[in-house]
Amino acid sequence: MTNQTLSAAAPIPTLQQAQTAKADKNRVLRRFLRNWPAVISLSLVVIIVTMTIGAPLFQRYEYEQIDLRARAALPSAEHWLGTDRVGRDVWSRLLNGGQVSLVVGFGATLVSTLIGTVLGALAGYYRGWVDMVIMRITDIFMTFPSIIIMLTLAAMLPRSVWTIVFIIGLLSWTGTARMVRSQVMSIRELDYVLACRALGYTDVRIITRHILPNVFGSLVALVTFAIGSAILTEAGLSFLGLGVPPPMPSWGNMLEAARNLDILRNLPWMWIPPAIMLVLTVLAVNFVGDGIRDAVDPRMVL
Amino acid sequence: MQKYLLRRLLISIPVFFAITAIIFALIEIAPGDITDYFIRPELNMTDEAEEAIRARFGLDQPPVVRYFNWMLNVFQGDLGYRFTNGQPVAATINQRLSATVLLAGTALAIGAVIGVSLGIFTALRQYSLWDFSLTSLSFLGISIPSFVAGIIFLYVFSIQLGWFPSGGMRPVDQEPTLLTTIRHLVLPACVLSLAPIANFMRYTRFAMLEVIRADYVRTARGKGMTERRITWGHSFPNALLPVITLLGLSLPTLVVGAVFTETIFSWPGMGTLYLEAVNGRDVPLLMGMNLVIALVVLTANLLTDLAYALADPRIRYD
Repeated sequence: MTNQTLSAAAPIPTLQQAQTAKADKNRVLRRFLRNWPAVISLSLVVIIVTMTIGAPLFQRYEYEQIDLRARAALPSAEHWLGTDRVGRDVWSRLLNGGQVSLVVGFGATLVSTLIGTVLGALAGYYRGWVDMVIMRITDIFMTFPSIIIMLTLAAMLPRSVWTIVFIIGLLSWTGTARMVRSQVMSIRELDYVLACRALGYTDVRIITRHILPNVFGSLVALVTFAIGSAILTEAGLSFLGLGVPPPMPSWGNMLEAARNLDILRNLPWMWIPPAIMLVLTVLAVNFVGDGIRDAVDPRMVL
Repeated sequence: MQKYLLRRLLISIPVFFAITAIIFALIEIAPGDITDYFIRPELNMTDEAEEAIRARFGLDQPPVVRYFNWMLNVFQGDLGYRFTNGQPVAATINQRLSATVLLAGTALAIGAVIGVSLGIFTALRQYSLWDFSLTSLSFLGISIPSFVAGIIFLYVFSIQLGWFPSGGMRPVDQEPTLLTTIRHLVLPACVLSLAPIANFMRYTRFAMLEVIRADYVRTARGKGMTERRITWGHSFPNALLPVITLLGLSLPTLVVGAVFTETIFSWPGMGTLYLEAVNGRDVPLLMGMNLVIALVVLTANLLTDLAYALADPRIRYD
């Protein structure tokens, strides 16, 4: 009997919810579009992503193709950004290196967001000792500079792009976990969650289908910032010679060349382009993140 | 208050053990064997000889036992010997630590002084052109990674302009004096201070903007107090509180920045030593350095809390 009334009453709030959700989305989009630095940055990010993914369309040489007649050549019509010391085209290495940087940025963020969301949701939903244990672990990871552990892991594990994705993802989930936890903690007190429980839904279903969708908005901004920081971390590890293994280019290991004083002094076209692309990409991604944050929830502070 | 500090101190202890245990475990589960370091493929070593090496270094015992053995030695002040050159780990770290303290300390001092000044400067001129440009610059300062900033500084100020040496801590051909040390210190310290300057500025600006809108500041102004006395006597001390927290929070950032800055400027500190340890798979040195870094970070957190508790009498900890 009670079941019947509940299921009969169910469609009405869902319809309303659907409508408010749609209006909400429009408002969020409008607020984002009003923020011109964010819009410009977003177009920049789209251009960079297109150029790097479509690298074969924009390059005249393969990134590993060696041209022995044009070693350390100045930028020219032949090689737009010059060549490195073995005669590889810097422009095509820049595009392909961007591909690697973006793959690591997105991949590592996917890993860290998954870990952070699961741990944060568990801690926020179950509270008690689960929360205690998870948050103490989070504290430990937050106090210790994670790059130190990353360096150790990067040196011990076999070197590949996927190792780097895994290492960065595994050590950058703390911010996500804390954010998701605090959101889940406040949402779980709402009446509709109580209703879900009264309907006998399992905890997994309540968390994944009824609580997490409401965390999504704030998560998007955090994820954007995480992508920027993962790109930087990859570049840093590669710069120290512990990241993406050559001959595969990444902006970080292209910058590593500048550690050689001779290259730094005499072949600036080898290291200035990756430096500019790296800073530009990360700045743009952060501006987009800022824009999303302001659009989704102007009061939120990350 | 004392109870609070005691509790904070007690919480640090398990955290300390957890950090060292995690790092020990990471090295343990990593592929490859520590004994590989002593086994030369060209010597065609027998299994017995390999076992002898394991037994000599205590590697035949289970990991948990080894961790506690290592801890016991640590408490006796013995961090073991380096794999790569057999020198004692503690002495090596001691020697390198002072170089990093000099570099990071200078950078933090520059960062705090300039950052706080800029923060107050911009807060008092909110929405002015100064405020806008300096705030944008600080955004740039946070977004540019230290290795990019380091390369640019090295290229501009050392290679192009030739104002400062390109690396190291002392000239090769003469004894180091205060002047040569400063000349070597300027570039890496400036690079390392970029992020702290930006952070301190943003924090101070934000804190200052909160404070100058407070009622007691309006009261002071109503009493006819000069703007200078309001700023320095009333707003500034309260705005400094969040800055204290930042001093402690900056430490991990400085450690990370030091790894890159020291690499670029070949500064003989902890950052370059850590890379040596990582690249040479020098496990005793790695463990020793992680221990020192954990200690430094935890102590800094503890001191920050202590300073905060002392500086703000409004906070009660019972």
